[in-house]
Amino acid sequence: MQHRQPTRCWQTGKKAVRAVKGVTWGEQVKWADRVGRARRRAAGWLARLWQEMKKHRVSYYFMAPYLVLFFVFTVIPVITAIYLSFTYFNVLEPPRWIGWSNYRLLFLEDDVFLIALKNTLVFAVIAGPIGYIASFMLAWLINQLRFRAAYTLAFYVPSITSGIAMAVVWMYFFSSDRLGLINYVLINLGIINEPVLWLHDKDTILPVIIIVSLWMSMGAGFLAFVAGLKNVPEELYEAGRVDGIRNKLEEMWLITVPLMKPQLLFGAVMAVVSSFQVFGVAMQLAGFPSPLYAGHTILTHLHDYAFIRYEMGYASAISVVLFAITFGLSRVFMRIFSTHGDY
Amino acid sequence: MRPNRPRRLKWGRVMLYVFMTALAAFMAMPLIYLISSAFKPIEELFVFPPRFFVRHPTTRNFVELLLAVSGSSVPFSRFAFNSIFVSSVTVLGSVILSSMAAYPLAKHSFPGKDLIFLGIVSALMFAPEVTQIPRYLVVNRLGLIDTYGALIIPNLAGALGLFLTKQFLEQIPGVLLEAARVDGASEWTIFTRVIMPIIKPACATVAMLVFVAAWNDTFSPLVFTRSEAMKTLPLAVQTIAGGPGVVARTGAVMAATFVLTMPTIIVFLLLQRLVLETMVHSGIKA
Repeated sequence: MQHRQPTRCWQTGKKAVRAVKGVTWGEQVKWADRVGRARRRAAGWLARLWQEMKKHRVSYYFMAPYLVLFFVFTVIPVITAIYLSFTYFNVLEPPRWIGWSNYRLLFLEDDVFLIALKNTLVFAVIAGPIGYIASFMLAWLINQLRFRAAYTLAFYVPSITSGIAMAVVWMYFFSSDRLGLINYVLINLGIINEPVLWLHDKDTILPVIIIVSLWMSMGAGFLAFVAGLKNVPEELYEAGRVDGIRNKLEEMWLITVPLMKPQLLFGAVMAVVSSFQVFGVAMQLAGFPSPLYAGHTILTHLHDYAFIRYEMGYASAISVVLFAITFGLSRVFMRIFSTHGDY
Repeated sequence: MRPNRPRRLKWGRVMLYVFMTALAAFMAMPLIYLISSAFKPIEELFVFPPRFFVRHPTTRNFVELLLAVSGSSVPFSRFAFNSIFVSSVTVLGSVILSSMAAYPLAKHSFPGKDLIFLGIVSALMFAPEVTQIPRYLVVNRLGLIDTYGALIIPNLAGALGLFLTKQFLEQIPGVLLEAARVDGASEWTIFTRVIMPIIKPACATVAMLVFVAAWNDTFSPLVFTRSEAMKTLPLAVQTIAGGPGVVARTGAVMAATFVLTMPTIIVFLLLQRLVLETMVHSGIKA
């Protein structure tokens, strides 16, 4: 039997790269050289990174407890949700890969999902911008007044009340009989003759949910506006007046808004997230399932499939759709309120 | 024209005060109704025409709530204890974890810092409900279902708290830290002696936000607990209320809603000044 001695490098004695047919020797040496250099560079970079990380290890110790929990309960779940959305998974059996089926089902065959999507979008398109603009305008008005703390309190407090607790009150306000406060007032004023079935009529359910959510919409964004407005230096307004700014609205548009961009972005992100979060209020007021799905939202649908039917794969696809919408919209606002090139 | 101006301005101001006060009162209506109803005797809850304010206030509803929550084997005080315990531990843990994580993120430079911050800002940008299914799987796998751990641990590392603390700490000049470092203080000493006192407003804000979220949380007790004894106040109120159309325990329901609503308002009232101090720095620079 023929025994072939491997070719060795004359300098280092290392085994040579196996000869490849049709490639000249010079070419081969050149490539081996390049690969080696790249490897060494990567190794050097990693070693330097490791050194650097070791030097700053105290920083990591400080962050470790938070990061571990953030990873386990936020980062990994997002990735897992995306993976599960491509599977059939009922918790009992291991997930089975089914490709895009869940999404196809969701958009082409699940009529209830399309109703939920429509309701959520209608809700978000109306309640989102109104709540956002109202937060800013109210904060701006409060900033012109005395007793700021008292006004801030009055507008902010609804957002920190429990949805379930307030549902009890809304039930009374929007009660369908003559005992309901709103029906009672409207009948007495002669606006309506018959009590309106606020929470049972498919045409009034969504408006009621929107009103209740608007009531609760002066949240963290509103606080950021109140705080930020207070911090705009008075001299800037004076300078503006010297430069010919005529009225308060011009002042707001030309001085306040550009200065408040970071807060406005924070408020926008908060508004996007909360306007796609209608769930508790909707489920409490309209019941589950609501009449003709008039109060059905993406999150209601998600809850239905995840924790009632245990179709986790399908439910994950719903949550990925929600993720894509909120994340995408937030990125759009990041573009709008970008402070690059300012100052 | 000139002498007229201050007068017109004043008139406008009065209108503004009237408008804002009316709006504030309108916003407060549901809460005033809630408070007023909690003290209504049973006859007043069912009068026609409906009455907004209470005539003869009584605390009977609260007594009824405490003593005779009929149809449920778990006393109301157990739900109250669960809520108080879970919220306090969550608040304490969150404040400590987010302060500790915010310190290096704002004041040190180390590899991966920008990436970590990007991850946290990104986490602000989607509803946490998106992650609820895998969260459930993780909690299930860790064997936490039906324990206090399930109600507390998943809510400890919130993105908003760390974000606000980091932003607040960032605008504190580094001179203080340098001085402490020159004196030979360890990072831990700097954190406990220098950083913690400075970021008190941010801690108060995190405490307030986390408390509100934990106190009002319906998702965790609904999905992560099974036994009645592990439920918290929001679910208890829901059970007592028994859905639309149930009138039997209206008095107790009103008292329970009152108990459920007041703590968040009181916490905000106490911390309002510190919270606003923090929110000045809440902006996201993109």
